[in-house]
Amino acid sequence: MSPAPTVGELAHLVRSKNAGPFWQTLDVFLDDDASYRAVAEAPAIDPAVIGPLYRVDPASVRIFRLPSIRVVKISFPRRATQGGIADRDMHAGQQHVPLARLRLDATAP
Amino acid sequence: MADAKVLVPAGMLGAGFTEQSIRNGIALGADAIAIDGGSTDSGPYYLGSASPKMPPEAIAADLRLMIVHGMAAGIPVIVGSAGTSGTDAGVDWVAGIVEQIAAEEGLVLRLARIYSELSADVLGPVLDAGGIRPLPPAGDLTRATLDRCEHIVGLLGAEPFGAALEAGADVIVAGRATDTAVIAAYPLLHGCPPGPSWHAAKTAECGGQCTTNPRGGGVLVAIDDDGFTVVPLEDDSACTPMSVAAHMIYENADPNVMREPSGTLDVTDARYEALDHRRVRVTGSTFTPQPYTTKLEGSGIVGYQSIALAGIKDEEVLADIGTWADSLRDYVAFKAEDLLGLTADEAHIEVRCYGWNAVLGDIDPDTGPPREVGAVLIVTAADPATATKGVTLANPYLLHMPLPDMDHLPSFAFLSSPAEIPRGPLYEFLLQHVVAAEQAGNLARTEITEVGR
Repeated sequence: MSPAPTVGELAHLVRSKNAGPFWQTLDVFLDDDASYRAVAEAPAIDPAVIGPLYRVDPASVRIFRLPSIRVVKISFPRRATQGGIADRDMHAGQQHVPLARLRLDATAP
Repeated sequence: MADAKVLVPAGMLGAGFTEQSIRNGIALGADAIAIDGGSTDSGPYYLGSASPKMPPEAIAADLRLMIVHGMAAGIPVIVGSAGTSGTDAGVDWVAGIVEQIAAEEGLVLRLARIYSELSADVLGPVLDAGGIRPLPPAGDLTRATLDRCEHIVGLLGAEPFGAALEAGADVIVAGRATDTAVIAAYPLLHGCPPGPSWHAAKTAECGGQCTTNPRGGGVLVAIDDDGFTVVPLEDDSACTPMSVAAHMIYENADPNVMREPSGTLDVTDARYEALDHRRVRVTGSTFTPQPYTTKLEGSGIVGYQSIALAGIKDEEVLADIGTWADSLRDYVAFKAEDLLGLTADEAHIEVRCYGWNAVLGDIDPDTGPPREVGAVLIVTAADPATATKGVTLANPYLLHMPLPDMDHLPSFAFLSSPAEIPRGPLYEFLLQHVVAAEQAGNLARTEITEVGR
């Protein structure tokens, strides 16, 4: 059996950005309803998976499923405040990559 | 029937737009031109140092088009978050550019300056009275944190803009405001319902971002009693229900609700329909008034940084780059303490390997050896001289650090001579808190003067 697809393989676009200096948000855009459902209903789209993936508290992870625009949105507080001594990504614009590489059947470690 | 049309030429003052897009918006019946001049998105330096991120020429080029066409059409021009971070210095800087344009164009303008910078001295008693509370993920504010801020601003809502418009302002230059307040102010003043007014403002706040061609100029939002319509300003640009609905999620942690000083916008039940191939109609957005709050932003100095960069192409080193970076960091830290007496608290030393895991750190999904690495040595200390001394002390090790089992000293590719690059102060955002208006009163200060000719 071939491995489950990744979020990035099904998505039209996966992007990340600051939502203010203390939060970051990841947006997954899907082109059709079938791929939207595959991602929105995937076991991997769960705070128990996303939290460890980004090394943040799963309780702080907010997941929004927006079928009308075929978007799955994930927001959580930044580990490092924007621009602070530990920050590696001023605009949080490259934080989508771990999510894009995540396989849809991933489960909590 | 209430009706107001706001022209938003671009997502940020200084980003640039065409003269034709302004002409198109005015031909569509624009009642006001509104634009946002900044945000926190460029980082804590701009607020901490009260300096703008854009050159004055870029600000002046955009302002000139808005002011010349706005005055000819008899409609006001509204600018928020002036000078990137919206400090008092930012307001005065942009207002000075407006004065210069007025003089050059032979215009006489009523210019409103709305200031929203605050100080620890003003906020201290409010904090003591329990008038400041944290937003997640922040904890309770302390007076010590307030005192650490070099600059503090309070985000303006629509109200002070409305008051300045009522006072006859032709041009408003305001300090830090919500991106939406500059756009929502005119329709709210003219009786448009708050749900559509705020949702229209959120839709238009990034200019063309809500169109199918985000680089293709701004939009006009037409708000009325039942909803609003979005129209792109460039002839070759279009809005679709998808492009408009999708913008609500941009840079917003929650895609359905957005808090403003005077209440909360909720677009959960909003409906988006195409009026034709390029205009979109939006209805069903609601706004719930809440006790007035002002969100604070503050930035302070963490320390002073100096850096140096060495390029690495040696395959043997790249194959074990993690070990190399750790041993360099540890050795520089040892030398800093041994020779300079700097403890880990007094000198923060880090090696970031661009090309390997500098961007994602310990969440990087890639494991294989990199093709090339730019190793950046970063020293942060209490003063600039100490930070630079830390980097100069490390110079031979950054240049020659071998792997533990190497029998020779490699030499890496330095970026520059001198290798050390003083970066100046490192700022950090320190506030994620709101002030309750009942404890703080009106925090905005408005001055209206006649300028030009």
